[in-house]
Amino acid sequence: MAKVTKISRPKLSKTDEVYLIGIFKGTLVTLKHAFKSVFGKSRGADSLNSSGLGVTMQYPEEKWDDELPEYYRGAPALVTDEQDRERCVSCQLCEFICPPKAIKIIPGEIPEGDEWEKVEKRPQEFDIDMIRCIYCGLCEEVCPEQAIYLRKDYAITGTSREEMVHNKQKLYEIGGKRVGLVNKWNELK
Amino acid sequence: MSETLTPQLPKDEAAEKGLVNVQIDGTWIQVPKGTRMIEACKMAEKEVPHYCYHPKLTSPGNCRMCLVQMGMPPRPAPGAEPVYGDDGYQEIGWMPRPVISCANTVGENMGIRTTGKLVEEVREGVMEFLLINHPLDCPICDQAGECSLQEFSVEHGRGQSRFVEDKVKKPKNVDIGPRINLDDERCIMCSRCIRFMDEVADDAVLGFSERGTHTTVTCHPDRRLDSNYGMNTIDLCPVGALTSKDFRFQMRVWFLKETNSIDVNCGTGCNTTIWTRGSKVYRVTPRRNDDVNSEWMPDSHRLAFHETQGDDRLTDPMIKVDGKHEITDWNTALTAAADALKEFQASEIAIIASARQTNEELFLTKALADTLGITTLATVPRTGEPDGKLISADRNPNTNGANLILGATPTTEIIKQKLHSGEIKALLILNEDVFEAAGFTHDDLAPAEFIISSNIIANKTAHASDIFLPGASFAEKRGSMINVTGRLQRLNQAIQPTGNAREDWEIIRDLILTITGEKNDMFMIENVLKMIATNIPEFNGITFSKIGDQGIPLIETGVEIPLLTKERAQAAAGIIVG
Repeated sequence: MAKVTKISRPKLSKTDEVYLIGIFKGTLVTLKHAFKSVFGKSRGADSLNSSGLGVTMQYPEEKWDDELPEYYRGAPALVTDEQDRERCVSCQLCEFICPPKAIKIIPGEIPEGDEWEKVEKRPQEFDIDMIRCIYCGLCEEVCPEQAIYLRKDYAITGTSREEMVHNKQKLYEIGGKRVGLVNKWNELK
Repeated sequence: MSETLTPQLPKDEAAEKGLVNVQIDGTWIQVPKGTRMIEACKMAEKEVPHYCYHPKLTSPGNCRMCLVQMGMPPRPAPGAEPVYGDDGYQEIGWMPRPVISCANTVGENMGIRTTGKLVEEVREGVMEFLLINHPLDCPICDQAGECSLQEFSVEHGRGQSRFVEDKVKKPKNVDIGPRINLDDERCIMCSRCIRFMDEVADDAVLGFSERGTHTTVTCHPDRRLDSNYGMNTIDLCPVGALTSKDFRFQMRVWFLKETNSIDVNCGTGCNTTIWTRGSKVYRVTPRRNDDVNSEWMPDSHRLAFHETQGDDRLTDPMIKVDGKHEITDWNTALTAAADALKEFQASEIAIIASARQTNEELFLTKALADTLGITTLATVPRTGEPDGKLISADRNPNTNGANLILGATPTTEIIKQKLHSGEIKALLILNEDVFEAAGFTHDDLAPAEFIISSNIIANKTAHASDIFLPGASFAEKRGSMINVTGRLQRLNQAIQPTGNAREDWEIIRDLILTITGEKNDMFMIENVLKMIATNIPEFNGITFSKIGDQGIPLIETGVEIPLLTKERAQAAAGIIVG
């Protein structure tokens, strides 16, 4: 049997019971910061890139985008490489790993005569449902072709469910070109 | 006074039963004399990785992946007697070099090690050689996920390549046949496909050309890999060298759900696995059953599933109003069908049942005929040329079941005559297209005042019918069928019926209930099989779980499957394991 210990509430003194002293102290702190903010002397105002009125950032007029770290996980997107090749070969590993099942891929064959015919496979359709996406980054981690990356876009909005589904075109738009990736499909391949 | 009984040695005990003692990874087991070492290891539940070995094919021993360490008792010096230990076995003298376990047979007092330093090192070495020229194609390769090379390289590979030279380039994406693509770079020269085409398909079109690292699997220059059994090479190929054109880039295999079922395109009833994702069938592959189809399946039957998910699939009950079909709901359609049937005398109605129906559907069809008192019941025979392997002359999957449940039924010719003579005025056509199979013409059907049909696709019969009831395809229903050899096998449901379609047995049950206005407790197909088991003596005691995935012999028909006869002869001759 678990041992049960009864703990009684600490007894409050008379001054504590009144509360007013505590409220007064708190108000003083607030007022002190209010005064300072008017003279632009808020603590951390510079490092937080504040509007000058206290430490508040006036979102969305002001954004913190420049401060986002390299490892920030925003919207997932597809990238092309230096040779303007679609990196994605639709192996569907991201679709498999995706915990909320946000990714849907319809694979397709690269037709004969295409510049990248030897790659044989690329996505016909590639949809990421941004309502479902939880920005976990597993798709980026699992990708064997360095084709999908989580970018710094975080304000993904839309007025309908359909609009919230990023299709292949939109994903390449967000992803853009990425340089310095492994050139696996080189002339030796 | 009495002689001391010498305790019998294990070798003598085993020899009495035709067995030999083999020590596998330290454990002694008894296996039949002449067993391949790899099969003995399988019996001992020890995995020996292999590529070229296949129990249904000869063993050339060319992949070298199944190397194990082997040992035999040392030969006694001249005049010396063998020394037996306390356990009755001789001490094993281990050989310093590994042997291939696929082409060697076991011997008395043999020792096999499937693990240990030597075995692990040679496996790693073989794996490294196999991977030297193998391209890094896994992300685009259809075999990924079911590839032995992937699996064994994880288990036995080095993890990193030491190969700094350029890989050998070979032809990729070669159009080798109408249904098959060849990627020579991925090939590991196991020769399974070559042996299959030679030994099983009797169409030796494949072979190796070139030498050394440039060895390439090629098709005979004047021929193509177009045998009707060619696609079995895709299943056989341990890597992604041979891939299906039909399944090419359709779906990665790890998304697919496997359902054990049977083929319904001929009387053989090849055992199959249906691969589905969501409500779509992606492929059908053969499943091993040594009493039906060995491990093979004809291509024509493998690809037949496409018919069930084309654009002409009907998914809603329909009633013809002013010569045009209108979609309706099940209640309306069934009530209309029941009302229409009641307007005719029992002798004026004919049922065209089908040997494509499952036993359960046939039984309910019989019950429907009995309910209405219908005596004119016919089935459509469907015959073709047998191919001397797996395709039977009987193209109906359940002829034996129909004969057992419906009794001997006349062909549809009699119905044709009775329609013209005006004896028959209403037709109930189940799972059949009378135009395609029974040779009906529009003139033949013209005298019929009312036609109710149930099918899955928009064929001419569906077009001609006044009420159409959409049924389920082979992948969408459960049931049992009896193949040409009299084996009872079961169909399993891989996907839900498309749209508003229903399983066929439910349609017939509901039609009976609508006609009689009664209720019964046949909620599950198991109830129907139970009814069959109590009514038809051959089915006595049969349940779906008793049928199992391999089926059970139910009746004697004396029919043999030619491919199995050949395979058994090969096994008896010791050419293959079988």
